[in-house]
Amino acid sequence: MIRFLLNDELRHEDDLDPNLTVLRYLREQRGKTGTKEGCASGDCGACTVVLAEPHAGRLRYRAINACITPVAALHGKQLISVEDLKQGEALHPVQRAMADMHGSQCGFCTPGFVMSMFALSKNTEQYHREEALEALAGNLCRCTGYRPILDATAAAMQQIKHTDGPVDAFDRQADETLERLRTIAADDGSLSKRDHQGYLPTTLDEVTDCLAANPTARLVAGATDLALEITQQHQALPTLIHLDRVEALQTITEGDGFLDIGAAAPLTDCYDALATAFPDFGELLGRFASTQIRNRATLGGNIATASPIGDTPPLLIALGATVRLRSANGYRDLALEDFFLDYRKTDLRTGELIERVFIPLESKRRLFAYKVSKRIEDDISAVCGAFAIRLGDDGRRVDEARIAFGGMAATPARARACETALQGAPITQASLETACAALDGDFTPISDFRASREYRQRVACNLLRRVFIRIAEPRQAVMVSDYE
Amino acid sequence: MSNHPDQQPSQQAMEAAFRESLVTGASRAVKHESGEKHVTGEAQYVDDHLQFPNQLHIQARLSEHAHARILRIDTAPCRAMPGVAAVMTAADVPGKLDIGPVFEGDPLLADDRVEYVGQPVLAVAADTAEQARAAADAAIIEYEPLDPVLDLGEALDNAHYVLEPHQQQRGDADAALASAPYRIDGELRIGGQEHFYLEGQATTVVPTEDGGMLVHSSTQNPTEIQKLVGEVLGVDMNAVTVDTRRMGGGFGGKETQAAAPACLAALAARLTGRPARMRLSRADDGMMTGKRHPFLARYDIGFDAKGRFHGVAIDLAANCGYSPDLSGAIVDRAMFHIDNAYYLGEARIRGYRCKTNTASNTAFRGFGGPQGMVVIEEIIDRIARHLDLDPLEVRRRNYYAGPDRNVTHYHQVVEEAIIADMTDDLAASADYAARRREIAAFNAGSEILKRGLALTPVKFGISFTTTFLNQAGALIHVYTDGSIHLNHGGTEMGQGLNTKVQQIVAEVFQVETDRIRITATNTDKVPNTSPTAASSGADLNGMAARNAAETIRQRLVEFAAGHFRVTPEEVVFRNGHVRIRDEHMTFEALIRLAYLSRISLSSTGYYRTPKIYYDRDKAAGRPFLYYAHGVACSEVLVDTLTGEYRILRADILHDVGQSLNPAIDIGQIEGGFAQGVGWLTTEELVWNAQGRLMTAGPATYKVPAVSDMPEAFHVRLVESRKNPEQTVFRSKAVGEPPLMLGISVWAAIKDAVASIGDYRVHPRMDAPATPERVLWAIESVRPPADGDARTTFEPGDSREVEDMPG
Repeated sequence: MIRFLLNDELRHEDDLDPNLTVLRYLREQRGKTGTKEGCASGDCGACTVVLAEPHAGRLRYRAINACITPVAALHGKQLISVEDLKQGEALHPVQRAMADMHGSQCGFCTPGFVMSMFALSKNTEQYHREEALEALAGNLCRCTGYRPILDATAAAMQQIKHTDGPVDAFDRQADETLERLRTIAADDGSLSKRDHQGYLPTTLDEVTDCLAANPTARLVAGATDLALEITQQHQALPTLIHLDRVEALQTITEGDGFLDIGAAAPLTDCYDALATAFPDFGELLGRFASTQIRNRATLGGNIATASPIGDTPPLLIALGATVRLRSANGYRDLALEDFFLDYRKTDLRTGELIERVFIPLESKRRLFAYKVSKRIEDDISAVCGAFAIRLGDDGRRVDEARIAFGGMAATPARARACETALQGAPITQASLETACAALDGDFTPISDFRASREYRQRVACNLLRRVFIRIAEPRQAVMVSDYE
Repeated sequence: MSNHPDQQPSQQAMEAAFRESLVTGASRAVKHESGEKHVTGEAQYVDDHLQFPNQLHIQARLSEHAHARILRIDTAPCRAMPGVAAVMTAADVPGKLDIGPVFEGDPLLADDRVEYVGQPVLAVAADTAEQARAAADAAIIEYEPLDPVLDLGEALDNAHYVLEPHQQQRGDADAALASAPYRIDGELRIGGQEHFYLEGQATTVVPTEDGGMLVHSSTQNPTEIQKLVGEVLGVDMNAVTVDTRRMGGGFGGKETQAAAPACLAALAARLTGRPARMRLSRADDGMMTGKRHPFLARYDIGFDAKGRFHGVAIDLAANCGYSPDLSGAIVDRAMFHIDNAYYLGEARIRGYRCKTNTASNTAFRGFGGPQGMVVIEEIIDRIARHLDLDPLEVRRRNYYAGPDRNVTHYHQVVEEAIIADMTDDLAASADYAARRREIAAFNAGSEILKRGLALTPVKFGISFTTTFLNQAGALIHVYTDGSIHLNHGGTEMGQGLNTKVQQIVAEVFQVETDRIRITATNTDKVPNTSPTAASSGADLNGMAARNAAETIRQRLVEFAAGHFRVTPEEVVFRNGHVRIRDEHMTFEALIRLAYLSRISLSSTGYYRTPKIYYDRDKAAGRPFLYYAHGVACSEVLVDTLTGEYRILRADILHDVGQSLNPAIDIGQIEGGFAQGVGWLTTEELVWNAQGRLMTAGPATYKVPAVSDMPEAFHVRLVESRKNPEQTVFRSKAVGEPPLMLGISVWAAIKDAVASIGDYRVHPRMDAPATPERVLWAIESVRPPADGDARTTFEPGDSREVEDMPG
């Protein structure tokens, strides 16, 4: 059974297939058709709903893609969909602004936008354009050109800011909701329907035991990739072990000389630690899919899915990250670059899960990381280059370079010849040319619909060129995002 | 009903109200009629309707081959699957198999061969969508693969057509080319575009009595669905009713492409007697349905030292996919718009409708016009680089101007020459000249980042070029409480048509729009409708509704004049009231009185566009009632290391005549611009060597997101400029024209790239300008550096595409 609040109604659901998505649950089982399916792959945002959960003594609101979120993720949370915002005849301020400012045309994407705006309004007090862009980057609109939607967001935020007291029913009932959720959260959950089983363990031992007992079970953290097997490939996943209620897998701490990140911590939670230590990691996370995805997707999941074009592995490899792999028999630590064996093939053994990711912190090293894709927001890299560079004391010579790329090979991989060429090299045009020539030999990328092999090869070199300019002339604008 | 007269307000109060204007009449920035329903999720789309308990779900099985003969279809395994109610193949169609809209060539289900990857071969109706899918997958289909034609150039060179070529000409292009001081020739490829309406194709069909069907469809073309469902089932049109409340976006993609799901669902309903629903998943929709036509243009241009055209010869070849669909008219429109806003001199334009083994390409906002306009804008840029002139100067010099330079290559006179004034206006407000200088200075000092600027015009012909489609109907009932029920033949897909038509009727009756309810577009209410397309929705249906309203108002005037013994001129409607000589009464009081006096309060309305004709044999006529105009000035920033770019600023001035609704019109302009920008930048359709579309969903096909729009985005309407033609309240159509404002961004990217070669070398860059194409364009203009072999790199044309799932 899972228990959650459907808006303010307490639901006990014990007859749901663990493969059921929140979107289908809402539309088909609850008759709430305000939430739309635009793509069923987490790429358009039409299905955006908000989950509220207790966090640090308050309610924390997060926008998610209902289309790729399994219902088990609802356990212990409040699910808010577009129908729940209107109070009697009164529209919520974000709805009012969207309607008054011509923010909808065909209206099909609108419920998703409204929910992203609602979540934004719960997470920040002040309107900042950059924050709004980030909050809405995962919502596609094909009609408006977005200008009126941004205007409506600004207007709604202004109005909310100047509202004394509670803005809406969610504020008014916050204490009560918090209390109700605390009660539910203490419960263990599980789901089963016919021969499909979903487990919701809360401790690491339970996870490893469950995995030992169900060696073919699939581990689910954010499900942002796994759910595509259900919604796009139309497969049934008979046994699921959900990791999002295991607190030990969500902690983020700074140890002695390294960051220690629980594998199931959502990327949104990882942002502060990573962006503080490595500003370029923060930049990349800002472009990692969308807010809705980052609210669910995890570092562990991004590693375990082992895509050659996953966003974080090249950065983590360049930084020399290790992963801790845990099973009922104990654990082993492995350099991340050794974890990836071949295309979508990893060293993860039966009964193992990724428990933690350790990222060394070295003050003299700087990470440069660049993602190149057709669209700036919410796209998958053609090439992603990560360069962890330690310069000599004069700042004009490379002491050490660890370089890793995504999109250049069957796995995220280091550019070893390039690294060797840079060892001890001065920051000059000549060493750049030598390193680029070496880099050309490091990979033989493929051509596909994202880019040709020639483009990948050329851009890989040009990203190194960008790093050199960054080091040599830190004030020169070299990216379109640099320019004001 | 009760006939007790309500209490009327005092004469004083009514007189005061009478002096006020309507808040929601024509030309007001009225909110979208469904806006509040959109934001609450209450607005219902086809898939949101209540399900019938015994409703079936339909899943098609799509071809895996681009071209193959079907040797055997074994449906026994499907029939053995749980929940299956019907399995449908071509053999199960009782009526006509072909659902081609104008020409034959689109079998509802593949008959003996498949002609593209994604073509429906069979369909299964089952209790649940999962059961239908599983059963459709279980069918055994044996194919004998045949060689596909996938490349447009190959199809053109082999005269592999879906329809015959067509030519338009004016004067002697060859002689003009031979004598022109300068001459250039070249080629340009322009990519297609996926509509990416947020709501995929969806339909629900309920069987009714006498073999009839009630069809709820997300379609821009209810009458055609009605006709095709009737033909497929072998029943008369009067047995089929099609109902469309709203679409979650259409953009042309639901003009003909909504028919297959509706016909399949109707077929299932016929075979089983049960209601049936078909909603395409995004992936199926991407594979099955047609897109904007990719084009290949080859041109030969003669011009003088001022950059003026002397003669042009342009061949336009469209990739139509496997069947004609609407490609006849689409390529015609590309040809009609090859001039954009320019006098071409002696011109010969040829259009080719090439056949490839891909989905049948179809209507998409602009309907071929954008592809034609991109070609001439490319040519203008090339001339400018050739002569070392500012491209804007070359544009200005070639604008239509009367009377010697005002006839198009299809012999229509361009009567309204406002594009030059609009260009001056926008160039001033966007500070074009100063920014041009400032950008040149910036580029000279910036090694990696380059800025580009372009100002491009749009002149777009309004009217269906298929003349008979330029007609519309409407139906108005006024009820005894004074409320008004309004229907028209157009469909609401987000463009605000219903809101505009409400405003028009509000203006005629002088009542606010909240008194006027528009219900679903329905073939029962208004028959024989044209598709809502060609930007014509408000022009045609607005006029029909106005005519219906005026008919009723005229009856009311005549009635009141007789009843109160005044002249008709003394009966005046204004702001919810009627003044009869000196006495005032409310609108509803007059309605009640008219009803009691047995006056008909219901009327149809009808409209057909005047003046237009086109003689296709002579390729001459007046296909358009008028032109809509726009100008856009865009500035971009390009990263020369990666080809990535960002739009820094866009300024737009657009001509909508006297706007029916400025808020909606600006929404159309901004949205059209965004869609045009997407088409020419990040939206790339890529097929693999087997003809499978690799970019069928939003994970791989990238429409603009919120950050892709410029922060500085200034949109203005041309003020105080009524349509010289007698259109509804002197407005102009606005649906398609703004899409082509996006060309300014494409031209600005080329401008930034050209800066690398000191603006003397024209960068060859096909559309869309993905970062990769931009990078290769940069390489093509970069002066070769000594000893750097990579700068002479030439990208291969034949890009090998492999699967790289992610």
